[in-house]
Amino acid sequence: MTDALLRLDRVNSFYGPVQVHFDLSLEVPRGQIVCLLGGNASGKSTSMKVILGLLKPRSGEVVFDGQPLTGLTTPQIVRRGIGSVPESRRLFGTMTVRENVLMGAYTRSDAHAVAEDYERILDLFPKLRERHAQQAGTLSGGEQQMVAMARALMGRPRLIVMDEPTMGLSPLHVDRVLEMIQTINRQGVSVFMVEQNASLALQIAHRGYVLQTGRIVLSGAAAALARDPQIRDAYLGGAQAA
Amino acid sequence: MGAGYGQGFELTPEGPIIVFPTTLGPWLDYTINGLVIGNIYALLAVGLALIFGVSHLINFAHGSVYMVGAYIGWLCVTKLNLPLPVTFVTVAAGCGLLGAVIERVGLRPLRNAPRIAPLLATIGLSVVLDQSAQLLFSPDPRALPTQLPTWRIAIGGGSIGALDLLIAGVGIGSAGLLYGFLRFTKLGWAVRATALDRDAAQQCGVDVDKVNRTVFAIASALGGVSGLLVGMYYNTIDPNMGFQAGLKGIVAQLIGGVGNVPGAIAGSLLLGLIESYGIALFGTSYRNLFAFVALILILVLRPNGLFAQARRLPPEPLTGTFIAPSRPLVLPKWAVWGLAALALALPLAVQQPYLLQTLGNAWLYALLALSLTLVAGTVGQVSLGHAGLLAIGAYASSLLALDAGVPVLLAVPLAGLVAAALGTALVYPAFRLRGHYVSIATLAVGEIVTLVILNWESLTRGPIGVTGIPPLSVAGKPLVSGQWVYWVPLAVLLAFAALQSRLLNSHLGRTLRAIREDDVAARSYGVDLNRYKGLAFAVAGFIAGVGGALMAHFYSYINHETFPAPVSMLALTMVILGGLGNVAGAVLGAAVLVGLPELFRAAAEYRMLIYGVVLLLLIRFRPQGLLGTV
Repeated sequence: MTDALLRLDRVNSFYGPVQVHFDLSLEVPRGQIVCLLGGNASGKSTSMKVILGLLKPRSGEVVFDGQPLTGLTTPQIVRRGIGSVPESRRLFGTMTVRENVLMGAYTRSDAHAVAEDYERILDLFPKLRERHAQQAGTLSGGEQQMVAMARALMGRPRLIVMDEPTMGLSPLHVDRVLEMIQTINRQGVSVFMVEQNASLALQIAHRGYVLQTGRIVLSGAAAALARDPQIRDAYLGGAQAA
Repeated sequence: MGAGYGQGFELTPEGPIIVFPTTLGPWLDYTINGLVIGNIYALLAVGLALIFGVSHLINFAHGSVYMVGAYIGWLCVTKLNLPLPVTFVTVAAGCGLLGAVIERVGLRPLRNAPRIAPLLATIGLSVVLDQSAQLLFSPDPRALPTQLPTWRIAIGGGSIGALDLLIAGVGIGSAGLLYGFLRFTKLGWAVRATALDRDAAQQCGVDVDKVNRTVFAIASALGGVSGLLVGMYYNTIDPNMGFQAGLKGIVAQLIGGVGNVPGAIAGSLLLGLIESYGIALFGTSYRNLFAFVALILILVLRPNGLFAQARRLPPEPLTGTFIAPSRPLVLPKWAVWGLAALALALPLAVQQPYLLQTLGNAWLYALLALSLTLVAGTVGQVSLGHAGLLAIGAYASSLLALDAGVPVLLAVPLAGLVAAALGTALVYPAFRLRGHYVSIATLAVGEIVTLVILNWESLTRGPIGVTGIPPLSVAGKPLVSGQWVYWVPLAVLLAFAALQSRLLNSHLGRTLRAIREDDVAARSYGVDLNRYKGLAFAVAGFIAGVGGALMAHFYSYINHETFPAPVSMLALTMVILGGLGNVAGAVLGAAVLVGLPELFRAAAEYRMLIYGVVLLLLIRFRPQGLLGTV
């Protein structure tokens, strides 16, 4: 698979003396949704940090669109075309919804196109149009997730990385978020999502990886993984390691 | 900071102070004056709030930037004869640049260091800036004449002058510009986003280094303009004017709630009014006392500021201490005994009185360092007001000996007890605070001690000081000769050092370190934090109190400026130089910083500058100190 948009190649990362990833390798092919599954402390969220340059791996590299991201700062990586929806949304609580969404276009200087994109994205999330002047911190969890996704889209990313996009949401909102991820993907944006809830993630993903205490233990097409009895075992193992 | 310390904000004396004026007119004047001063504080506090917002740092160098602003203005007005608007622009640009340089050189390299490190770096920067100004422009105050017209508009018994209007205009104008910047510009949005969530802002592509630099530049430009306005208002500037002003800005910001820009403005106006009315009622010399008492009250009662909805403990940006992980250098027992014996035997070989006196003085300062290393190093409560303990001990012992007729030999340990009790009681309200808040509270306590000494004339003799303090004597024989000046402090130091070493190796020492490392965990294991912090401050107070008492009896004269705030900074530098928490390190730090400059006859005026530079270099390159932290 040479046409990977994002590739992690034998990444070893550490928090101080503690090793988090052991030769982590994975790929996100262009135009696909790829999910990384794993329990607590399996190193899923840390892989987001590695991709975004918030944590520098000790060895191995992250390659985006054929270019290694080694040595780049987070803002530089974002400028290359990676948008992010961080864990538990991380909105700018006292800024308005409009300000939050437009912060996603911070790297862009094409004011006209930004304004057009803003309208287009509000069409995608009509609820946010009603609430555009409200402080983001006052929205419900599901609405906040919409803002986070809208913010990520405003940078016109080629890849969106999402950390547990369904966590803490009501079932109704979970379905809506999953639909939205598929909508975004159909518009040509590749998606890399980290999830604890395997059955949900595999519903919409094309491919999946299972991470257990920093190592990939299973990978394959989402449909095949969904049928794999080992999935459950991997989870239990991951949970124990926490 | 030295001679002119504390003069920055004195009102021009306007004849006798009016107490309880009966008409409304003077009160209107006090209100106008309070609002004008409040506007000046606001220019400082807003910058401090912005900086705290994006970098969670209380910038102790801010007052020095303000001083630099005043001097740039002075150069523009008196040397270059520039018109006033050009002067303002030059001051803002010069200080903005200085702010950006401070951020780049002093703080960015410490991004991943423990949180207290940048705070200490700003203290070091402040010392360096103040001292450089003193060397460049001399410590003497200079006049900064205003070119403004002298008319005043009378309003119902009070009056407003052109300068008052200018200050109000600059204050309101700056607030408006800042609001527009934060609300309507892309960079302003980035500043707010970074303050709210640094990581998320980075993930939107915000270059947080640029945001930091911008914020430091804006804050420093406002601070510099504030210094210029103050210089014009009082028609005097001096190199030490920044210290008190910076503290006032911090107080104003805390009143409004740290990091809260509108709160900082409101807090500043409130502080200005409190001071103005306070002076009207009690007199000018109490001016600074109001601010520091207000600070302690705020920290204790509403640590989130007056305008926070919830009266909860401050959020947690500031825990952790300046403990760099390191392996301390452990001296073998025979080496410790050998060094002690060598030190004790020194006067037998060397008889130059000057040398012995200098080293004796170093041992006295080592007592202060020993005391500070216990609270700052072992317990992790970085005290910035430690010189206050020296002052309490010195005054207690002198007054006991002079006024109560207590023999000096007894007065010294009694003074230790007084310093232990009073020091602990004064810091007690700060026990529930953490990190930077402890530093601010102790700094305020140190200032309060000095101000009480200055104002409680019936007990302390006020600004005149205490003269004719009797020397230490045993069996009628005064211990004043060269050897005794050396031996007495050394003997006391060795005794306390031995005691403190034993204490640190005991169960108590482990408990104190546990509080430093994680007070929540320590509490969950049943450690009563207040009792242990109290014990540590009491022991520290006793040691420093005895040290101060000995100083008083050797110096024979003390006043409220014998133990100024820079002594606290010096003690901190000693302790960091030796290695926080390290007993031998404290002694070494004192010997190096007090002894060496004297012995090499380094020009006295460079000494504080050297301390500041040493502090900066240590924080950057060897935070664990020479002997390592314990």
